[in-house]
Amino acid sequence: MANVFTRMGDWVVERSPGMLPMYRKHMTEYYAPKNFNLWYYFGSLAMLVLVNQIVTGIFLTMNYNPSAAGAFDSVEYIMRDVEWGWLIRYMHSTGASLFFVVVFLHMFRGMMYGSFKKPRELVWLLGMLIYLALMAEAFMGYVLPWGNMSFWGAKVIISLFGTIPVIGSTLVQWIMGDYLPADATLNRFFALHVIALPLVLLLLVVLHLAALHEVGSNNPDGVEIKKGPKGNRWDPLKPADGIPFHPYYTVKDLFGVGVFLMIAAFIIFFAPMLGGWFLEHDNFIRANNLVTPAQIKPVWYFTPFYAIVRMFPAMFGTAVWGVLAMFSSIAVLFALPWFDVGEVKSIRYRGTGYKVALGLFVFAFFGLGAVGTDLTAELIPKLFGHVDVTFWENMFGRSMTAIYFGYFVFLWLYTHLGWEKTKPVPERVTTHD
Amino acid sequence: MANEVVDHGRRRFLTAATAVVGGVGIVAAAVPFLKSWEPSARAKAAGAPVIADISKIELGQKVDFAWRGLPVFVVNRTPEQLAILPSLDPRLSDPNSTVDQQPDYIKGPDRSIKPEWLVMVGICTHLGCVPEMWPAIKPEPFDPDWKGGFFCPCHKSRYDLSGRVFKGVPAPKNMVIPPYNFADETHIQIGVDPKGAG
Amino acid sequence: MTKRHFSSIVLALGLLLGSSIQVAAAEGGELPSAGTNLRDQASLQRGAKLFFNYCVGCHSLKYMRYSRMAGDLGLTEQEVMQNLDFTGSKFNDPVISHMPKASASKWFGKAPPDLSLEVRARTADWVYGYLNSFYLDPSRPVGWNNTVFPNASMPFPLWELQGMQTAVKKPGSDEVEKLELSKPGKLTPAQYQQATRDLTNFLEYVSEPAAMQREHYGIWVLLFLAVYTLLAYMLKKEYWKDVHE
Repeated sequence: MANVFTRMGDWVVERSPGMLPMYRKHMTEYYAPKNFNLWYYFGSLAMLVLVNQIVTGIFLTMNYNPSAAGAFDSVEYIMRDVEWGWLIRYMHSTGASLFFVVVFLHMFRGMMYGSFKKPRELVWLLGMLIYLALMAEAFMGYVLPWGNMSFWGAKVIISLFGTIPVIGSTLVQWIMGDYLPADATLNRFFALHVIALPLVLLLLVVLHLAALHEVGSNNPDGVEIKKGPKGNRWDPLKPADGIPFHPYYTVKDLFGVGVFLMIAAFIIFFAPMLGGWFLEHDNFIRANNLVTPAQIKPVWYFTPFYAIVRMFPAMFGTAVWGVLAMFSSIAVLFALPWFDVGEVKSIRYRGTGYKVALGLFVFAFFGLGAVGTDLTAELIPKLFGHVDVTFWENMFGRSMTAIYFGYFVFLWLYTHLGWEKTKPVPERVTTHD
Repeated sequence: MANEVVDHGRRRFLTAATAVVGGVGIVAAAVPFLKSWEPSARAKAAGAPVIADISKIELGQKVDFAWRGLPVFVVNRTPEQLAILPSLDPRLSDPNSTVDQQPDYIKGPDRSIKPEWLVMVGICTHLGCVPEMWPAIKPEPFDPDWKGGFFCPCHKSRYDLSGRVFKGVPAPKNMVIPPYNFADETHIQIGVDPKGAG
Repeated sequence: MTKRHFSSIVLALGLLLGSSIQVAAAEGGELPSAGTNLRDQASLQRGAKLFFNYCVGCHSLKYMRYSRMAGDLGLTEQEVMQNLDFTGSKFNDPVISHMPKASASKWFGKAPPDLSLEVRARTADWVYGYLNSFYLDPSRPVGWNNTVFPNASMPFPLWELQGMQTAVKKPGSDEVEKLELSKPGKLTPAQYQQATRDLTNFLEYVSEPAAMQREHYGIWVLLFLAVYTLLAYMLKKEYWKDVHE
C-alpha cells in the first residue's frame, strides 16, 4: 500500500524535479530561529483566516444577489432559507474582523522586533501592500449586504476622494459609476471583492513569503542567526540557533490554530454581532439614500484612520487636508524602515526612549480608535458633565494624531542623530530553558 | 540536558491522534458547506405539493398542472379507454411497470389510484419533450393500429393512455407517475403519497 | 517586557470599554431591560399570538415563513394556519400583511415598516421600551406619541391591554418627565410588561431564527476544539523536546 504512494511520488518527482527541493527549501530545510514566542503565531493565523474568507466567500457568492434591488434580501435568504447559510455568513463576517485583529498584531510584532529592518525591508513593504489591499477588500465587502451602513459608509468614504482639488468630483462619479452609490457601484465592488482583490492578495502573500524565505526570519532578540555559529542537531551547515520549520513550527502553529479557532467559534456561535462591533445594528436596515443612520462610522478596524480625517478642519476652501493626513498615516508605515534606522532590531535591547515611544504610539492608535468609534464623544459628558464635547474630542483626537505622527518624527531624530542608547545585543538567541 | 532518547512510539501515536481528530474536524466542517447545496426553504416552498381541482375536468379531457416546474397531466379517462389497456400489453416494453417509474401503490394497467384518473408527469423518457395526447381510437400516420395514447413529436415515441411506452420507440421507460393522493372527491394533491402508503 | 504587556492591557481595556457602550440609547433616558429568553418556547408562542392579533394587520415579517415559525416554536401546521394566519396564505409562504402600501402611506404618513429585522436593528431593549412607552398626545395626527421614538407615525394598537398613558411634563417645559397610567386596560401593569416581553421575545426570534440552533451547535464545536487543541499541545510539547537542550 505504502509502496503505491511511494511509486506515485517518484513518478511526480521524476517529471518535476524542482518540487521536492522546493518543499525542502521552504519547510523541512527552512531554518527558523528557535526562540519564536506568542507574537509569532499571527502570520500563520493570517493565512488560515485568508483561506476561511475565500472558502466561505465562494459559498456566499453561490446565493448572494449582487444587485441593489436584491442584495439585502439575498443576505437574509442566506441567513434563513439556505441550509447552514447562517453559519457560512457568520464565519465570513467574524473572519473579516478577526483578519484585522490578527494582522494588527502581526504588524505590531514587526514593529517591536525590528522585523522591518535591513535585510527585511522588502518583506515589510509587501506586507504593507497586503494591508492596503486588505483594507480595500474589507471596505468593498462591507458594501455588499447593501444595508444602510453599507450605503452611507460607501458614500462617505468615496466622497473623501471628492476633496482632491480639480479632479475630485469627477473621480467620485467615476468610482461610483453613478451620481450616488447605486447598482453600478455595487456590481463593480462585487467583481473587485470576489475575484480581483483576492487574486491580488494571494499573489502578494506568495511574494511576501518568498521575500521572507530569501533572507530568513527575524526573532524576538533581533539576532541574525545566519550570522552566528553554524551547526545544529539537524544539519552541520545551518545556523546553530535555527530549527527546521517542519515539523517544529508546523506543529506549534497547529496548536495556535486550535486556540484561535476556539476564540473564533465562541464569537461565531455565541456572539456573532459582538455587541454591534462585528456586525453593526444599522446594517440590518435596508440601504436608504434618504435616511442617514444616527451615527455614521466605519467598521472598527478603520476607525483610527477615519478619526485622523475628522481631526483636520477644512482650510483655504478645501477639506483635502484630512484625507491627505489619512493617506499619510499609512504612507509613514510604508516608510518605517527609513525612519527608524537604528542598528539594534529588538525592543528588548533598545533605548528607553524607543520603548516609551512605541507605547505612546499604541496608546495613540487606540485613542484614535476611541475617537473614530465615538467612544470619546460618549465618555466625555459621562466623565466631565456638561462641556463642549466637540472641542474636547478634537483636543484629544488631535493630540493622539500628533503622537501618531510624532512617533515617526521622533524615530527619525532618535536614530539618525544618535540619541538612542541601546543595550548590548547577545550573540545567541535567548530562550527560557 | 540534551534530549537524546526520542520516544518514537509516543510521537507516532500523538501525530496519528491529532491527525485523526483534525481530520474529523475538517470533515465535520465540510458538512455545512455541502449541505448548503440542498434545496433551500425557498426552493422547497416553490416545490411544495400542489392541489389540483378536478371537478371541472370532463370525460376524456386532459388538464395540465405545474408541480416542481414539471407539467403533470390529469386525464379523466372513459371506461372504453380503460378497457383497451390490457390488450395493448404485448406491444409494450414494460406493461407491468416493473421499472421504478411510479410509487409502490401504483399497480396494474391503469397505473392509477382511481382507474379513471390518470395523474402523470408529462415528460417523454427519451430526451424530455412534452408529448401530445391523441385519445381517439383510429389509425394515425405514426401508427396504423392506434388505440389512443400519447405521441411525442420530437422523436416519435409512443405511449398508451397510462403512459406505458411502446416497443421499438426511442423512449426506454414508461412516463413517471408522481406521488399523489385524493385530498377529497374533487381534489388531488400532487407531490404527497396517500396516508399509510409510499 | 513591560511595553508588550502594556499594549495587551490597553487592548483589553479598549475592548472592555467599547463593548459596554450600547449602540442604541433612547432619547430621554436609559432603556429598560427587555429580559428576553429565546429558550422560553411558551413565551415565544404567546408573543406570536400577540403579533398576529395586533400587529400583522399593518406590519409584515417578509423574511419569516409560517412553516419556519411552526418548526421553531413547536407548533403544528394546523395550529399555525388556523390560529395565526388570517390572510389565506400557504404554509410555506412568508408572513405578509395585506395592508395596501399606498393606503398606509396616506393614513399614517409613511408605510408601516416590515419588522423582520427590527430587533436586530434597534436591540430588544429598544423594542420593549417602545412598546411600553406610548402615551396620549392630541397634538399628533394619530393621537399618540412615544418617549422612545418621539413623533412616531404609529397609533398604539395595544391600548386595550395596557390602558392609556399620559405624559407628565417637566415644569415649564415640553420635556416628558414620566408617563402615568391614566386609564387601566385589561391587563395589570405587570401582566402587560410580560406580554410585551413575550412580543419582543418573538420579534427577537424573527430577527434571527438561527439563534435557536447556533448556541446548541456552538457547545459541541467548542468541546471538540478543546480536545483538538489539547492533543495539538501535547504533540507540540513532544516534538519540542528535541529543541530544548
